[in-house]
Amino acid sequence: MAGQLDTFPRLLLDHAAHRGGRPAMREKDLGIWQTYSWRQVADQVRALASGLAALGFRRGEHLAIIGDNRPRLYWAMAAAQSLGGIPVPLYQDAATEEMGFVLAETDVRFAVVEDQEQVDKLLELRARVPSLQCIIYDDARGLRHYPAELLRHYDDVQKEGRAFDAAHPGFFADAVAEGRSGDVAIMLYTSGTTGHPKGVMLTHDNLIRTGRGGNEREHLTEDEEVLAYLPMAWVGDNLFSYTQGQVAGFCMSCPESSDTVPTDMREIGPTYFFAPPRVYENLLTQVSIRMEDASRLKRWLYAKFMDVARRVGTKLLDGQPVSFLDRSLYALGDLVIYAPLRNVLGLSRIRVAYTAGEAIGPDLFRFYRSLGVNLKQLYGSTETSVFVCIQPDGAVKADTVGTRAKDVEVRISEQGEVLVRSPGVFHSYFKNPEATREAKTPEGWFHTGDAGYFDDDGQLKIIDRAKDVGRLLDGTLFAPKYLENKLKFFPWIKEAVAFGDGRPYATAFLNIDLQAVGNWAERRGIAYSGYTDLSSREEVQALVQTCVEAVNQDLAQDAKLQGSQIRRFLVLHKELDADDGELTRTRKVRRRFIAERYAPLVEALYSDRASLPVEAKVKFEDGRMGTIRAEVKIRQAPVSQPASPLRAA
Amino acid sequence: MASPRPERLGGVLLEVKDVSLAFGGVKALHQVSFQVREREICAIIGPNGAGKSSLLNIINGVYQPMSGTISFAGVQRRAMTPRKAAASGIARTFQNIALFKGMSVLDNIMTGRDLKMHASLLAQAVYWGPAQREDIAQRRKVEEVIDFLQIQAVRKTPVGRLPYGLQKRVELARALAAEPRLLLLDEPMAGMNVEEKQDMCRFILDVNDEFGVTVVLIEHDMAVVMDLADRVVVLDYGRKIADGTPDEVRGDTEVIAAYLGVATEADRRAAGAAVG
Repeated sequence: MAGQLDTFPRLLLDHAAHRGGRPAMREKDLGIWQTYSWRQVADQVRALASGLAALGFRRGEHLAIIGDNRPRLYWAMAAAQSLGGIPVPLYQDAATEEMGFVLAETDVRFAVVEDQEQVDKLLELRARVPSLQCIIYDDARGLRHYPAELLRHYDDVQKEGRAFDAAHPGFFADAVAEGRSGDVAIMLYTSGTTGHPKGVMLTHDNLIRTGRGGNEREHLTEDEEVLAYLPMAWVGDNLFSYTQGQVAGFCMSCPESSDTVPTDMREIGPTYFFAPPRVYENLLTQVSIRMEDASRLKRWLYAKFMDVARRVGTKLLDGQPVSFLDRSLYALGDLVIYAPLRNVLGLSRIRVAYTAGEAIGPDLFRFYRSLGVNLKQLYGSTETSVFVCIQPDGAVKADTVGTRAKDVEVRISEQGEVLVRSPGVFHSYFKNPEATREAKTPEGWFHTGDAGYFDDDGQLKIIDRAKDVGRLLDGTLFAPKYLENKLKFFPWIKEAVAFGDGRPYATAFLNIDLQAVGNWAERRGIAYSGYTDLSSREEVQALVQTCVEAVNQDLAQDAKLQGSQIRRFLVLHKELDADDGELTRTRKVRRRFIAERYAPLVEALYSDRASLPVEAKVKFEDGRMGTIRAEVKIRQAPVSQPASPLRAA
Repeated sequence: MASPRPERLGGVLLEVKDVSLAFGGVKALHQVSFQVREREICAIIGPNGAGKSSLLNIINGVYQPMSGTISFAGVQRRAMTPRKAAASGIARTFQNIALFKGMSVLDNIMTGRDLKMHASLLAQAVYWGPAQREDIAQRRKVEEVIDFLQIQAVRKTPVGRLPYGLQKRVELARALAAEPRLLLLDEPMAGMNVEEKQDMCRFILDVNDEFGVTVVLIEHDMAVVMDLADRVVVLDYGRKIADGTPDEVRGDTEVIAAYLGVATEADRRAAGAAVG
């Protein structure tokens, strides 16, 4: 029996048959959570699939899906898969240009979108995507007066589907039976730091086997609750919410809107959760800010018990021995601080919480673990269907990404690059055999492009992108991301961009965190008019300088990297922004692009200038272009000597 | 998308005829007449002190006109009170936000349903039977408005803690909760940034489009007026000096004179550019 459950539609039908009454999806409608059972979902998917078929959707064809996480968009995904089609979820905030590229490349004829905003984007792209012939929308608001030839309402398509189903009773079952586990189940575009995005084709087999392995490792069952709040176009959402849910039969809930996620988290209480480090960071920042405004007693209690948590919380979570007194103190702390805090954060019922994408600060990481939240890092990419390594329960080390996931082979190449072979390694890139050849060897090894090594416990440690690891003029190893991450671990610093490859010393651009520094400035009575003004304040510059100096002290303890301490740095006059192309959609800095765009500033870092006037073009959110003028100050940071041999780890 | 679609307009919904109002010796309005048709978006513009807010106050019964008549939906009312106006389907927002700052967004919008509540005070207090069912129905209506204006994230937030732009949106939500036929908006975009203004424009157009609500609004931002309005009524010193489509009004000599003082041919061209 289990051998046959090798495609998503078969899994769905199996759940409908065996746990038909259990919840499969939830969404909040008019303030009330509405639940769809597996049977209802299967029925809805069948209606939509039949409707798509009636409209002429063919096996192997792409279906573009654009919108927030909505059950109806996930049904569209399942409907396409049922017909042997390939769903292509797109980032809804993608620039029209990017979207046009993907739609044109896939010769999309059908798109399922959430509302008017996406319909507008698609209509705008009509000239570039002549193949587009049907836009199926969910929310009709504002669309009443639109030309009708291309547009169809989701409900109408389902209605047609039900009629089609009645006329061709065997159609749906036949379509599902025709699917093969080796068929492409989904195509996800990688953001790509250079050039056009690449379509990663993942098969049913890739995803389902990986999902099954993940479920086994963490003992996930049909009783889990997840919140599907990350973009549908991102492999993580597909795996953690859709794939693992379809495999285990657990329920996914869709937030009411992207702004209500914290509230929805509290109401749903997920047991299995993924968030990129910045989400955990934002949560902690909010807690810290609110604690500073709390009464003196509460602040005292918080400080006192967080000390206890820091001392023993992680040990308790890892099952290490803890004295009876500490155990009792922790239990008391749990009653007055930790449990209420977990509840406020929506983490009360968490069994497994993951993070990945960027390095997570050790303090931040320990904060959650000491509260009793089983936060773990994992390592993976779109091309590996996520799971490569996961931190094992009971042996979590903050600076590694853990041990290999089930059936995954990992090898370190001679150049230090991490290579992966697993059931999850992707089929190929869409229409890009050259890129596929570069990324995947004939034996099935995927080049991750990351530099790393296994430590003595067999846990993988990733230091940087292999191509970004460079050398200073004197030959010192320079791992920019490593420096940037260390800088970003400070709450005041939002983004950092390090330079140094082929240069005499390391330098950095910094962005302050407007929320955190703004709050800091407010408490000190420093008035400011906006980001540019605040970031150029002497007090703020001095604050940032202490962070850089602390990083240098830290680096001084590392025999390999002590030469790459940051000698000069500047605080940028504007926030790096994905809309300006400076960050990727997943908020990774595009170092090369930034270096080109701000070339005079980089040169100034390697001169003896103390400041430089700049003028920057910025694109406002409404699409207008504007100019920011400012005087950017350049500061020196002292170099630390390796002082305490105690910390030379 | 704001292209005028005259075929969508119905018959006359609101008729203001020869209305005059004075405060002591100051004439706020002098024999003002205009009509607003069903589903129309009508903007009232004019320099400061032209009598725009007074006119809105007369329409929803805050002030009584000294002479002249107001007809709404074919019914001429002599002594209009705000309560009667609300009951007959007129809702409004205010220039200086008038919300209950300490109450949640939800409760504030719920007050907009006040006139739709039928259960007795006692039944509501006991919260039993019909009162409970009614409350659920009212709440559903309020949730539809919350959904429409996309303020789900602040549903339970006290209004006083919200930024100004959002408070304006909550005020609009409360007005909409009353399911009005006519919506009076007193400077709905005052003090907003460009993005908030765009959102608000979108919402006003959507309200008009989806629910067929007729809108009379006072606005200073000419770009907004030109985008939104089907018709513009211009007041100056309490007199109506122009009334027509945005394009007609933009070229009107008297309007330019009211805004700029003189009207030579050169001024006229300059003003046309400025107003546009």
